[in-house]
Amino acid sequence: MTNKLIYLDNNATTKVDERVLEEMMPFFKDEYANPSSMYDFSRKSSNAIKEARVKIRDFVNAQDEKEIIFTSCGSESANTAIRGVLNYNKTKKHIITSKVEHPCVLNLYHALEKQGYRVDYIGVNSNGELDLEELAEAVCEDTALVSIMWANNETGVINPIGKISEIVKSKNKDTKLFVDAVQVAGKIPIDVQANGVDLLGISGHKFHAPKGVGALYVNSKTMITPLIIGGHQERGKRAGTENTPYIVGIGKAAELAQEYLNYEVTEIKRLRDKLESNILSKIYNARLNTGIANRVPNTTNIGFEYIEGELILLHLSDLGICASSGSACTSGSLEPSHVLRAMNVPFTAIHGSIRWSLSRYTTEDEIDYVIDKLPSIIEKVTSISPYQKELQALKELRKK
Amino acid sequence: MWDYSEKVMDHYRNPRNVGSIENADAIGVAGSLTCGDQLKIYLKIENNIVTDAKFQTFGCGSAVASSSILTEMIIGKTVDEVRKITNKDIADELGGLPPEKMHCSVMGYEALEDALKNFNKDEYVDLDEILDEHYKTEKKEKIVCTCFQITENAIWDAIKQNGLKTVEEVTNYTKAGGACGKCKSVIQDIIDTYYNKQQSEIDKLTPTQWILKVNNVIETQISPELQKDGGDIELVDIKNKSIYVKLKGRCSGCKNSTMTLKNFAEKVLQDSLGTDITLIEVK
Repeated sequence: MTNKLIYLDNNATTKVDERVLEEMMPFFKDEYANPSSMYDFSRKSSNAIKEARVKIRDFVNAQDEKEIIFTSCGSESANTAIRGVLNYNKTKKHIITSKVEHPCVLNLYHALEKQGYRVDYIGVNSNGELDLEELAEAVCEDTALVSIMWANNETGVINPIGKISEIVKSKNKDTKLFVDAVQVAGKIPIDVQANGVDLLGISGHKFHAPKGVGALYVNSKTMITPLIIGGHQERGKRAGTENTPYIVGIGKAAELAQEYLNYEVTEIKRLRDKLESNILSKIYNARLNTGIANRVPNTTNIGFEYIEGELILLHLSDLGICASSGSACTSGSLEPSHVLRAMNVPFTAIHGSIRWSLSRYTTEDEIDYVIDKLPSIIEKVTSISPYQKELQALKELRKK
Repeated sequence: MWDYSEKVMDHYRNPRNVGSIENADAIGVAGSLTCGDQLKIYLKIENNIVTDAKFQTFGCGSAVASSSILTEMIIGKTVDEVRKITNKDIADELGGLPPEKMHCSVMGYEALEDALKNFNKDEYVDLDEILDEHYKTEKKEKIVCTCFQITENAIWDAIKQNGLKTVEEVTNYTKAGGACGKCKSVIQDIIDTYYNKQQSEIDKLTPTQWILKVNNVIETQISPELQKDGGDIELVDIKNKSIYVKLKGRCSGCKNSTMTLKNFAEKVLQDSLGTDITLIEVK
């Protein structure tokens, strides 16, 4: 339909930064040595991995680079952390998590429940903010692990990890805290020490490294049983020959992300706010699903009432605009987003909810283009809705 | 990204017959806001002919396309013709739908059924309908899937119209079982009941009903295919599950006639009437 590409789905994945790719290239070509080998030829590979490890250490502010394990993705980081903690100490059978976690974590807990673990799923309020009182009440002597995402992938809502750590540790100092930080990496500063985090997972492709590489922070006081058993790589915590080019890539991407943090909270936030406020003021059946909640600077989740998200996305796609929807129809799962349902987003808006997520590559022109084109798309989709009476009433209400 | 046909894309990009009809003669609704899709269809009917149709849809691309093409399919048709339209016809007309989206075509069928339910049926009687009625009176609006409020009837219809054999297929066509999944075993029971029932209902038919039913399959499903090649088939006699037929036209004397009989005609009869059917040719 169009050659234009306006990519506003950066919470799904991001464009690889040229500088990241450049740094990776030698390790695809000449520097192919196995980093574990004994000859000089392997020195560059093993040094490159060491450097990348230091970069990730600094990126999350770990005390020691030995606390960093490279993995293949965010899901592997989460699985290694969660199963690792539970398998190391099998006497404790209670886990606490939230209702709005990413499926890679939620589905793992569903599986663990079948294996005899007791899992409490903590709810959120209508803005998507975690119920800290419910969390505090849930922690008990048997709680092995609390697992909470730093920010939600669909709404961008940030959880107060420091406070959560305090609550958990004050109730049970032996309970470990795993934080899925996939959606904050490169968006807000990560400081595992200041926030009392025991384990933390990130994924490279969410901050301009390629797909296929992630990292896991495990602090020196936390023991895990490895998920992948084999060689001595990653200090025995994750066997398998190191994926040198990708590890170099995630290291470089972390270094760049650190540099862009300020740009993220100023410029990207400005563009996000511009997009958001224009949509909300120009389109009467639009609603901000997160209210006043504290969010990462690049994400906004807006519901369009009485219309369905997939149809909006298809019309956007015809104009080269990429976003995503919490609608059931887009996923093939038949059910709308578990995150928006946990927030009790009304059924009038849940199916028509669209997530917009920006990146350092998003330009003002692109945001202006979306602001210009979106109202007529929404108008078109709204005009075929069977809920014309309700829409009319909503229009009157918003006028006031 | 869904693999939508060109026709589906054309219809959601440029939906036909959008809107409502004032003083419509029939209005049908299917789906709900909670379920994520709803279709309202408005019909103008004059002298038993659908002269105008309009729709409003809350739903995804394939839901809009199914509604849009449905209005095109029914305008100008008689009410009886419209009654015979199934969800499969809608999907076929669109050049197919992804399996997970078949429920959109089912919604079209359901809205149409809802619109026409108050219209007097004419003399046309289909034995299948009698069987269905029998079943429906037994288990009227019992809800099987509480997540999506899907009734046993809706599941039964989808199985019948599309020959669904697995729970997954039923979920793709009706959404039932697609959320919490607790009703999957009930859906399996309905599938089992359908295929067993099909058999036992046949066993209960009077000899005349049985003859009519066999003849109906031959006339609607077998004969038209043979006619395409210049041949035909005629029912001669029925002795219980043995069906005697005569091949006509080019089929008679054709050296492939045994294959036609066994691989095609007998198979069609077995699919509709049970695997214990034998087809015997009378020269």
